[in-house]
Amino acid sequence: MASPIIELDRVAKTFENRARATEALAAVSLSVEGGEFVSIIGPSGCGKSSLLRVVGDLVEPSAGTVRVNGKSARQARLDRDYGIVFQTPVLYEWRTVLENVELPLEVAGRPRAERLQRPRELLRLVGLDDFAGHYPWQLSGGMQQRVSIARALALNPSILLMDEPFGALDEMTRERLNQELLQVCAETAATALFVTHSIAEAVFLSSRIVVMSARPGRIDRIVTVDLPRPRGDKTRALPRFFELVTEVRQSLR
Amino acid sequence: MRIVREYAPAALVLAAGLSLWEAIVYLFSIEFYLLPAPHVIVQSLGENYPFLVEAGLYTFTEAVVGFALGCGGGMLAAMVASSSPGFAGLVLPYAVASASVPIVALAPLAIVWFGVEQGSKIAIVVLLTFFPTFVATTRGLLGVTPQSLELMRSYAASERQIFFKIRLPHSLPMIFIALRACATLAMIGAVVSEFFGGPVKSLGVYIKSTASLFQTREAWSAILVACALGLLLYFAVVLAERLAMPWHFERHEG
Repeated sequence: MASPIIELDRVAKTFENRARATEALAAVSLSVEGGEFVSIIGPSGCGKSSLLRVVGDLVEPSAGTVRVNGKSARQARLDRDYGIVFQTPVLYEWRTVLENVELPLEVAGRPRAERLQRPRELLRLVGLDDFAGHYPWQLSGGMQQRVSIARALALNPSILLMDEPFGALDEMTRERLNQELLQVCAETAATALFVTHSIAEAVFLSSRIVVMSARPGRIDRIVTVDLPRPRGDKTRALPRFFELVTEVRQSLR
Repeated sequence: MRIVREYAPAALVLAAGLSLWEAIVYLFSIEFYLLPAPHVIVQSLGENYPFLVEAGLYTFTEAVVGFALGCGGGMLAAMVASSSPGFAGLVLPYAVASASVPIVALAPLAIVWFGVEQGSKIAIVVLLTFFPTFVATTRGLLGVTPQSLELMRSYAASERQIFFKIRLPHSLPMIFIALRACATLAMIGAVVSEFFGGPVKSLGVYIKSTASLFQTREAWSAILVACALGLLLYFAVVLAERLAMPWHFERHEG
């Protein structure tokens, strides 16, 4: 068996505030294999986002260890192993769509040829090559989020960290982007850690669903999603799809 | 054609305003020393032209030098202060409060400190423009969303890259709002400072001395020159703004 790409061992996170300490995560252990799509679902404030941030070395865990690609999370971040997508697109209004996607390559000091070519390929991948010269405000919310995904892929990260990326979108756009995201992950062979509030979305996308309980956040259950791939509109109509949705819903109670 | 359509309404308003002014002065036979008619002011402008140019340049130099030093210093200070958010948070309230300090009231003291020539006026303009620019730049540099910084962190970006690629462009709109306001403040500060004393060949002294002799035509012609120079500085800032932030204008006019 291949060694896991992400390995969390009894990770805890406590946020110290002036008056009190909030325990966001309590002894979370999880390992994720390469190419997996793992969703994290749970009630608000259950530490889903904290878990994602600990993996991405955006916050330090208070206890426990995080290993990513056999390295510390910090080293993985410095090696640019992560691509991050937030709930809001966080695009820079002074940059065109193309320049936004180019930013990570610029920061990493990649050669000029790559900086010219790669963003175009990525925009094609998310179906926005016609909008390269537009500014972010000229795009709809769904399109902006696609730009944000393209940008996350710019440095060919082995791990995609996504924090409710489609949470602010309407149902139809969300389903279309779910489909696109699966294609993107298949093409790039990236491992995905995906925080969501939507049970159906988690079932549709994931190979496994991590169900968390509230404060302090801990893993309640892990549901393995055995739906066939490739997945599409037909997947959503399968009896097994509904069974899994029900199973996750009951775990959340 | 587009230029005509854009500016024609404004030109018409100006023409209407001037006509109304002329009409009121004529209809109510207002004494010329109380309110001279526009054509009289323009006439006086023509007669005094060489002097007004010299005096205008003298005052304008104070405004521009003070503006450059004050705004430039404000931006530099903000860059230093924002490198330590704790320190910035400590000094920012005072910088904000300085907006309510009548800095022009220091003009007589500035003359004591820096002499009756341009130095004292420049000092006042520097004080007037430094704080608004400092406040706006600091807020802009520190106002970047946490997610923006997290993204840059995930690219393993250096502080320098974060500053030039995110913080600075993010704060440009705020900086230019301050610069526009300061362009106006600079000209006001220079003229008003001269009221407290200065060489004869400056707009402020000329306005004050002619007005006190009821030579209102002459005073008005100098006021007109001050207005024109103030607008010149203001539009220079607007032009710089357009060049620095093409994306901004595409959005707000597109």
